[in-house]
Amino acid sequence: MEMKQAVTGNTGPKVRSDIEVTLELRASGGVELEIRSKVKTMYGNAIEKQCRDLLEYFGIANARLKVDDSGALPFVIAARVEAAVRALGLRSSAFLPEMIEENGYTSEKGRFRFSRLYLPGNNPGMFLNAGLHSPDGVILDLEDSVAPERKDEARILVRNALRAVNFYGAERMIRINQGERGLEDLEYLIPHNVHLVLIPKCEGRETVMKIDERINKIREREEIGRPVFLMPIIESATGVERAFEIATASPSVVALAIGLEDYTADLGVQRTKEGLESLYARNRLVVAAKATGIQPIDSVFSDVADMEGLLDNVLRSKAMGFEGMGCIHPRQIPVIRKGFSPEPEETEKAKKIVLAFREAQKRGLGVVALGSKMIDPPVVARAEKTIALAVRLGLLPDGWEEQEPKE
Amino acid sequence: MKMIKNAAGRMVGEEINGQEAVPFKGVGKHRPSGRKYAPPLATCIDYPGDNNKVVASLREALERCGLRDGMTVSTHHHLRDGDLVNNRIFDIAAEMGVKDLVWLPSASFPCNEPVIKYLEDGTINRIEGSMNGPLGRFVSEGRMKGMAVLRSHGGRVQAIQDGEVKIDIAVITAPAADFFGNAKGTGGPSATGVLGYAKADYLYADRVIIVTDNLIDLPCFPMEIEGNYVDCVVVVDKLGIPEKIVSGTTQITRSPDRLLIAELTALFLEKSGLLHDGATMQAGAGGTSLAIAVFVHEMLKQKGWKLSFGFGGSTKYMVKMMEEGQMGYILDAQAFDLDAVRSVEENPNHIPYSVFNAYNYHSKGNLTTMMDIMILGATEIDTEFNGNVVTHSDGLLLHGIGGWQNCLHARNVILPVPLFRDRIPVIVDQVTTLCGPGELIDVIITERGIAINPRRQDLLDSVRGKGLPLVTVQELKEMAEKICGKPEKAAFDDRVVAAIKWVDGTVIDSVRKVRS
Repeated sequence: MEMKQAVTGNTGPKVRSDIEVTLELRASGGVELEIRSKVKTMYGNAIEKQCRDLLEYFGIANARLKVDDSGALPFVIAARVEAAVRALGLRSSAFLPEMIEENGYTSEKGRFRFSRLYLPGNNPGMFLNAGLHSPDGVILDLEDSVAPERKDEARILVRNALRAVNFYGAERMIRINQGERGLEDLEYLIPHNVHLVLIPKCEGRETVMKIDERINKIREREEIGRPVFLMPIIESATGVERAFEIATASPSVVALAIGLEDYTADLGVQRTKEGLESLYARNRLVVAAKATGIQPIDSVFSDVADMEGLLDNVLRSKAMGFEGMGCIHPRQIPVIRKGFSPEPEETEKAKKIVLAFREAQKRGLGVVALGSKMIDPPVVARAEKTIALAVRLGLLPDGWEEQEPKE
Repeated sequence: MKMIKNAAGRMVGEEINGQEAVPFKGVGKHRPSGRKYAPPLATCIDYPGDNNKVVASLREALERCGLRDGMTVSTHHHLRDGDLVNNRIFDIAAEMGVKDLVWLPSASFPCNEPVIKYLEDGTINRIEGSMNGPLGRFVSEGRMKGMAVLRSHGGRVQAIQDGEVKIDIAVITAPAADFFGNAKGTGGPSATGVLGYAKADYLYADRVIIVTDNLIDLPCFPMEIEGNYVDCVVVVDKLGIPEKIVSGTTQITRSPDRLLIAELTALFLEKSGLLHDGATMQAGAGGTSLAIAVFVHEMLKQKGWKLSFGFGGSTKYMVKMMEEGQMGYILDAQAFDLDAVRSVEENPNHIPYSVFNAYNYHSKGNLTTMMDIMILGATEIDTEFNGNVVTHSDGLLLHGIGGWQNCLHARNVILPVPLFRDRIPVIVDQVTTLCGPGELIDVIITERGIAINPRRQDLLDSVRGKGLPLVTVQELKEMAEKICGKPEKAAFDDRVVAAIKWVDGTVIDSVRKVRS
């Protein structure tokens, strides 16, 4: 028998910026609306009008629609109503909120991915200010942070968020589900300026290729010119052993991430703060990524109260060659950013090496020396990287060489 | 009641509860005349013998002080939400069959909800004081017989001093007292640290009752309240619930969004040069203010600077600042947590300082004008920088004014607020209730930008080109409306349910009954 009533969204004393929608189809009698809202005085009429317009858009003439609102924004209300309509099995076109002009920006393969902030895909309250905390990327997550029975409504909500929420320049990432559902997620989301797709529990090149292929089909159909990058997450022993083939599966892969909660579970060991149990996996992932010319990205640090522990962790990560880390709380962002930035002494030393190298080149000398120490080419190369990073982070001005005192 | 438009363009009544009222004339425009009010002369003839003023019960004390219909009873709020005494006064009044009392608390709390039944049965005619939560809603729904009068902490002591309000009986709960009536805020199971809100009450009331659960030997020293002003002393088992009087520990906000606002505020203080060695600062005990204090403390340490003094409500964060050498003194009207109470007891530089001295506008200067940095909040701020702290955008009266209006007289008034709460914009085109004129509000700091009052060109110049997200208040309002949609205004009936007083006793705005 067909389901006649659908409930979507959330309500309750702790819920904010969300709405619970109960939709019941009827044979006749027109539309009956029941609106309860914390913001009824200011927005009661606006909510009523939006609900009526939505039902009309979805071609529903007879129904009872009850909403329990905790200050949801219009894009959330639209998502919850659409999810209820779809849960009732009605086929209809999507109702897309306006794509705000601020959301038209693009990404690039080599951009920084020091911090990427996970946002549970069915919690709209966390979306609104996420970009203000200046993460390099925001991840709208449809996978582990969304309960299985909420997966359908989450992807509609995430789709609307990609159009209506300003993420203030953060790279727009989504984490899709595994398997077939993940491919469906792509259908919903790729048309709405997704910059990067995280592939969870990736264990081989086939998965990457399948997803890449589906994305390219959608891009062709929707005439999307800009690229959509991939970041496979390696979370199992098999994945670790196949890190290099995953990294090289497609030119769209721009980074390789590791997920240590699942990886340690797969190994049957405890995850520790020191991380000895995952040393090999992390080393292997870094090497695979560097060999491919993409970014190795470390796992999240899950104790959000321990900022000192986080900084230690970031510094270890950086020392191993990682170029970024996931975060699950906005306050982790500045710590991670600071950790991955070059230290002032590091930059100073790099400046001296680079200047000495250029001086030697100018004079046609084959050997570079700094004081009495000879400097090997790889040391110069590393210093060049540090300088480039410092310039891009704004720690060194462009044309810093000009400002250096001449010897 | 005849309504007239005041200098702020707000409609206010010419009288309040049958008493003539002066409409707001503008900031610094109203000059008081005449002399201070004084309570009747007392004589030792009436206090013979050994001066032991202890009586058997609160009822006996109230009877001795002649509690009867129409009297004004004042209380303070140092026991906050843990208060077990103030409601008892009205239980007793109802038992005695007394009607039409006026309650003049320095603030009310959710624990005072039981007095609603005495507002309903006529024991209490009205409350003149801050109205929180359930009481505010009761008033907004037009269910209180008399009109509420909301005053700032300073406005309350000004009204008492000027004789606008005559206190018949002041009931003062005191964590320690002796038989003569000397009393203080430290010691005992219900320690509040200081009693800064009780001073005007005991100086100006006809009759004064001290209630304590900690009767100590004379002299109760250092006495914040002098026994010469006291009629009776009542000893009860328990003044209050300790964990609700002072919190074990006040907490800085954990909300990442509030922390972002706090961080931006600290950055503004640094870049503008408002924070400097020897500056004075006041921030409240709200989660965001505490976070600002923590960020400021870090900056002071890094730069080797010291604030000359801070004004409390004190918290452990302020105490830490003083103990670690980044603040010279704490002048304190109320202690919010256990560390603050301990500090008052131990540290001679932590000085009890009454609101009477700090906030009274009808005096020869006061503390607020000496503050360099003042951090305050608001429920709404409009594009003229006017602020509202008493009603929400839905028109319901839900907060008191506290010291907010008084603090607006500081040199630099900074309001860190979110741009919107849930879907409700904080920056609006016109505030629902005017509590503070925009000319006194200098900076609004939100997570989406900082707006500086155009009247403060000096501040604008001090931060321009320093990487801060400067916007206009109009832009803030538009950002909020773009995200939330344009809010509709609350609808009201004609009936005025509360008058909002300005610091000089004039009426700055009215609150009307919400339309149901």
